[in-house]
Amino acid sequence: MDKKRRSFLVVMAQAVAASAMGGSIVAAFVEENKDKPLTLRPPGALPEKDFIKTCIRCGLCAEACKNRDNPMIIDGEKMVTLKMGAPGDSVPIGTPYFIPRDVPCYMCDDIPCMNACPTGALTPDMCKNDEGKVAIDYAKMGVAVIDPKSCIAYWGLQCTACYRACPELDKAIRIEWKQNERTGKHAYRIPVVYEDYCTGCGMCEHACVTEKPAIKVFPRDVFLGKPGDRYVKGWDTKDQQRIKNASTKTTTETGRSKENPIEELNQGVKWNDE
Amino acid sequence: MMSKLLKNRYLILRRIVQITILALYFGANAYGWKVLVGNLSYSKFLQAIPLADPFTVLQMLAAGAVVGVDVLVGAVVIAVFYGLIGGRAFCSWVCPINMVTDLANWLRRKLKIDRDARRINISRRFRYWALGTLLVVSFVVGAAAYEFVNPIGFFVRGLLFSIGFGWTLILAIFLFDLLILKHGWCGYICPVGATYSLIGSKSLIRVEHNHLNCTNCGNCKEVCPEKQVLNPVIYRKSGFINGIECTNCGRCIEVCNDNALKFSIRSFLKNN
Repeated sequence: MDKKRRSFLVVMAQAVAASAMGGSIVAAFVEENKDKPLTLRPPGALPEKDFIKTCIRCGLCAEACKNRDNPMIIDGEKMVTLKMGAPGDSVPIGTPYFIPRDVPCYMCDDIPCMNACPTGALTPDMCKNDEGKVAIDYAKMGVAVIDPKSCIAYWGLQCTACYRACPELDKAIRIEWKQNERTGKHAYRIPVVYEDYCTGCGMCEHACVTEKPAIKVFPRDVFLGKPGDRYVKGWDTKDQQRIKNASTKTTTETGRSKENPIEELNQGVKWNDE
Repeated sequence: MMSKLLKNRYLILRRIVQITILALYFGANAYGWKVLVGNLSYSKFLQAIPLADPFTVLQMLAAGAVVGVDVLVGAVVIAVFYGLIGGRAFCSWVCPINMVTDLANWLRRKLKIDRDARRINISRRFRYWALGTLLVVSFVVGAAAYEFVNPIGFFVRGLLFSIGFGWTLILAIFLFDLLILKHGWCGYICPVGATYSLIGSKSLIRVEHNHLNCTNCGNCKEVCPEKQVLNPVIYRKSGFINGIECTNCGRCIEVCNDNALKFSIRSFLKNN
C-alpha cells in the first residue's frame, strides 16, 4: 500500500475511533438519563418513549404554566407547577415535569401548557375521553396511590383531606365507610382512589396531612397492572367478549417439558440388561 | 474612550445582541413578555414566527419523532436566515456559550498560556464527525442525543429555570478553552456550530480583505477563533473570507489598523 493511501486510511480510522468514543459516552449517558420512570409529565403528554423523542425542551409549557391566567397565589407567591429538568433532578434533562408535594397541577380549564407545545409532545389527543371531547378532566398525568399503613383514616381518625382537595370530587377519590372493629363503636371513613377518574394532578398528595404523604401520585405505567385477555369479569357479557382475543396456547413450554417425561426421569439411569 | 468603543464596536454589538436575546427569554418566562418566548432550541418570535434550531430538529427526525409543523417551519426559517444572510453568525452573535469561551480565550491571551502550554493536535474537522455521530446516536437511542448534554440548553434553561449540576459542564468548557485547547470548544467540537457552518456556507455577509491596505501585521490572525478561514486570503490576495467556519464575529475588522478588512456582501453566484 502506498504511503499516502495508508496515512489517509489511518487518519480516517482515527476520526472514526474518536467519534465512536465520544458517541458511545453520549449514548450511554442518554440511555441512562432518558428512562426515569417516576417522572410526572404535564397533561396531554405522549407515552414516555415517544415523549422523550418529541419534546424539543423549549420550556414553552413551563412558561405557559407560570404565566397562566388565574394562577394560585399562596402567601403572595405564585404557584408554578412545571419545572424543566436540570442535571441532578433525576428526570430526563431539559424536559418538563412536576413534583406534586411541592406544587401540584391546578388543572386549568384552558390547559395552557398543553396548548403551548409546538412539537405535539403534549397533545389534545392524549387528553380526551372516549367520545373525543378534550378537557383537563381527561388528563392522565398519573394515578394516586394510598399507603394504608400511614394513612391516618385507616387508623380511625377523621381526615378526608385528600378527598376534599380532589378536583374530581367524589369521582376520583371516594370515602368508604366501615365499622371500626378495634373500638367497636366508631366508623372508619376511608379514602379510595378510582383510577378511571384520577388525573394524577397531585392535589391529594399536596394536601395530605401526614409528615410524608400517605397518598402519592405515580405515573400510570408504573403503578397500574394489566390482567390481559385471559381473565374476564364473571357475569359480565361485554367483558367476556375479551376472551376471544386470548391466545389458545394454555400449556407452558420449557426446555425440559419438550422432552418425553419418561426419558427425562430416566436420564443417567443404567439398566441391568444393557 | 470613544476610540476604544469604536475599536470594539462589533464586540459590544455582539454582547448587546446576545444579552438582549437572553433578557427577552428571561422576561418571557419571568414577566410574561411576548416578544421572544422559549429558548434557543425552539422559540416563538412576536407570537407568530416560529424559530427552531436546525441541528436539534435533525436529531429529532433521526430519532424517529413525528414533530409538529411549527417546529419544521421554525427550522426552515432559521436555516434560510443564516443560509442567505448571517452565515455562521449564530455562534458569535447569539450563542451564550460564546461569552464563556470568549472570556476563556481573552484570559488565555492575557495569561500568555500559549507560550508554555503543550500543543494538542486535533483536526478542526472533528466537529463534523461529531455532528454525524450524534445523528447516528440519536437514531440508535431514539432521542435527540446531543440535547441531553448541550451546554447551550443548560445555560439558557439554567437562566430561566434551574441549572442544577449543569454549571459543571459550562465550567469544564471554560477550562478546556483556557488551558487545554485554544478556541477548543467552538472551534473543534461543537456540532451546533458545525451545523451552522454548513448551513451558512453560501451566505451573503462576509468579511472582505483588501490586500492593497494590508501591512501583514498579523493582528487579525492573532484574534481570529477560526484562523484557517483567514489563511487562504491574508498575506496573499484581496477577496472574501469564504471559509465556512467564519462566524462573522468581526474581531479581525476591529483589530485591523490599516483598514484592510470590512464586512461586505458577497455575490451568490460568484464565490469571489
